[in-house]
Amino acid sequence: MTARVFNRILWGLLLAGAVVLALRMGSRGAPVLGAGVLAVTALIAWIYVSPRARASRYLLPGLATFALFVLLPLIYTVYIAFTNYSGEHLLTHERVRAWFAQDTYAPDDTRYPFRLYRTAEGETYQVVATVERNGAERRLLISRPFTPEEAAASHPVLLGLNIVPPSGEPLPIREIIAARPWLNQARFTPPGSPVPLRLVSLRALGFRLPMWNAQGETLVHAVTGQVLAPDPQRGNYVDTATREPVGPGWRVWIGLDNFRHLFSDPAIRRPFLQIFIWNVVFAFLSVVITFAIGVLLASLLQWKALRGRAIYRTLLILPYAIPAFIPILVFKGLFNEGYGEINLILTSLFGIAPKWFTDPALARAMLLIVNTWLGYPYMMIISSGMLQAVPDELYEATAIDGAGAWTNFWKITLPQILPPLFPLLIASFAFNFNNFALIYLLTGGKPDIVGSATVAGTTDLLVSYTFRMAFKDSAARFGFASAVATLLFLVVAVLAWQQLRFSRRSPPAQIKGAT
Amino acid sequence: MVAGKAYRGRLLLAHAALIGFIALVAIPLFMVISISLRKGNFATGGILPTADTFSLEHWRMVLGLPVQQADGTWLAPSAPVLRWLWNSVVIAATSAGLILALASTCAYAFARMKFRGRETLLGSLLILQMFPMVLAIIAIYSILETLGHWVPAIGLDTHPGLILAYLGGIATHIWMIKGYFESLPIALEESAAIDGATPWQTFRLIMLPASLPIFAVVFILAFIGLIGEYPLASVMLQRTHQWTLAVGANSFLYEQNYLWGDFAATAVLAGLPITLLFLACQRLLVSGLTAGGVKE
Repeated sequence: MTARVFNRILWGLLLAGAVVLALRMGSRGAPVLGAGVLAVTALIAWIYVSPRARASRYLLPGLATFALFVLLPLIYTVYIAFTNYSGEHLLTHERVRAWFAQDTYAPDDTRYPFRLYRTAEGETYQVVATVERNGAERRLLISRPFTPEEAAASHPVLLGLNIVPPSGEPLPIREIIAARPWLNQARFTPPGSPVPLRLVSLRALGFRLPMWNAQGETLVHAVTGQVLAPDPQRGNYVDTATREPVGPGWRVWIGLDNFRHLFSDPAIRRPFLQIFIWNVVFAFLSVVITFAIGVLLASLLQWKALRGRAIYRTLLILPYAIPAFIPILVFKGLFNEGYGEINLILTSLFGIAPKWFTDPALARAMLLIVNTWLGYPYMMIISSGMLQAVPDELYEATAIDGAGAWTNFWKITLPQILPPLFPLLIASFAFNFNNFALIYLLTGGKPDIVGSATVAGTTDLLVSYTFRMAFKDSAARFGFASAVATLLFLVVAVLAWQQLRFSRRSPPAQIKGAT
Repeated sequence: MVAGKAYRGRLLLAHAALIGFIALVAIPLFMVISISLRKGNFATGGILPTADTFSLEHWRMVLGLPVQQADGTWLAPSAPVLRWLWNSVVIAATSAGLILALASTCAYAFARMKFRGRETLLGSLLILQMFPMVLAIIAIYSILETLGHWVPAIGLDTHPGLILAYLGGIATHIWMIKGYFESLPIALEESAAIDGATPWQTFRLIMLPASLPIFAVVFILAFIGLIGEYPLASVMLQRTHQWTLAVGANSFLYEQNYLWGDFAATAVLAGLPITLLFLACQRLLVSGLTAGGVKE
């Protein structure tokens, strides 16, 4: 009974919290988000009350987080793939307009030196500016006392000749620097002037006029008369005469352009294809090598006459037990060309110091070596499970024919274990196809491909290539990177679908990794 | 079985091959231990620390103790390594626990309830999960930014925010638990239902106690998978004291600031507990892993 009351109270609190949050969103300029929260809350309430939604009660918490952090990001990424979102097209149209609106010019270069005073109460400030026309007449313009909040909101502060001047010492420059965040927004209106004065340096006020005047959709330059019109196709303001883009751009839908780029621009297509081929080769070789070693070790450990099998097994599993990022970084240090221990040994033994990180072929070899070290235990584990299921009678039958261990392996063991292991091998291929942590932590994709239009490395996989293009390149091509990500997802989705068909009823493979 | 001379020779050869292979595999592990006990951050001199080069300076740094410099002054540790370890453990354990809760309730519905689109939903979960999380970082970043704007406790650069993002990775766990649930006999639940138990009571009182082994497997796998997660943590966590060990350890190997010895000590400190945990649960985990391939 008390549990029931407690339950009710908990639900009440949750619902109340959601409603409060929704109201807060609604009142602070995000009504759509607020309405969304309300709708979801109502849906949740219905699901947990209605007897018809029984299964949904169990599914909802898991599926909701899945939707929020897997499905939504996926949809968003695919959406970005069709836009020009990048470092040059980062803002919204409104923000670009605001950027142009902030651009100003000085109608004359007269400067009015000023001093800032804090009034005796300490809450308000006063500005005293010196007006000097033609070097002769010198007058003082004094502002009425104003608060920092007033200034920050750009409320015009009247300057006058007959206002009581402040007492005390003007504030030192250090305090003006500290006050700049709000002082920059302050506008001071001198008598008889339609244009307000504003801060132009730490010591002077001056006149500033907006550089661009809006005329309907277009922007007209106040001095040169240059006319800019928004180009909704390109997401830029363009000069109406030359069609050249001016200023920052905004994000627009560009259809299949990113994909077209990928296949038509040779400076992008060539590195992309090179990375794609290496990606397939890497994933394939990783699976084949680790599987070969894993099966071999598992078969050896099947041998009942071998003593100490439990100890061997534990020691062999060791690489799988350590979180992957640790050995990857350890190998990064050991393979270091200048002061790594591996080259230290190689130099003392053979007098060679291979350039593991600058020679593409060696870098790839190194990645495969490290990935073999990381991956063979998994293959060993899954194949030894399978080997136990191979009936002994099969071997007894061939023993009569005098078959050796080698023939047995190829004729019996492999055909027996390969089909059931196939889904796991596909999963392993898919995992290595996207083995981001290995590439990113070990080589970072380097050495780079010469003559590529985007960042692209000879050891990059598509996943690290995409990551670097979006986050490690000054151009920040989010749209283009998302297009590659979308293609990548299609490849992996097909693999996953195939795997699902092969193992309709069994649970999927679990592959450990640093994602 | 005839134990002939050739047979014994083959046995000896197998031992030799296994020992040789294990030695090769273990070399990096020994090296990192020896490097953590060696003075300085460069491979000067030999691989093994000698009386001259032996030093506990890296271990002192990692454990948060001041380190004596060459000129005799004492320097406070440059990085909060223990804090990172703690962060990693808390984040991974909380995420794994929550993943277990979310995945087991979902798995129960998938295994025992009939509803429209069940098979499609199961398949789509698995295929959608294949999308590499790394590539969705832009989106996850802006989702957490929006969440953090309204509820600061789960925003960027917070541990709850990162944990929330990790909770998306439940599809494979759902499949694993569902497979186990389906292998349990349904008779017990049916008789409970006849006695008037609600589905929730059946789930809590019958399914959960019977499923502890698979829960342990899923928890440990999720924990191990997340404790080494690098890309998302490196983007979401910004302040040094918020970092996880994977992010912190990588910061020791920046080209400009190469702290090989400090890294080695960190690696051993972090790797040891997780490795021991894994080996302790080895039998359990291996059975969980191989279950995937065995056809019923």
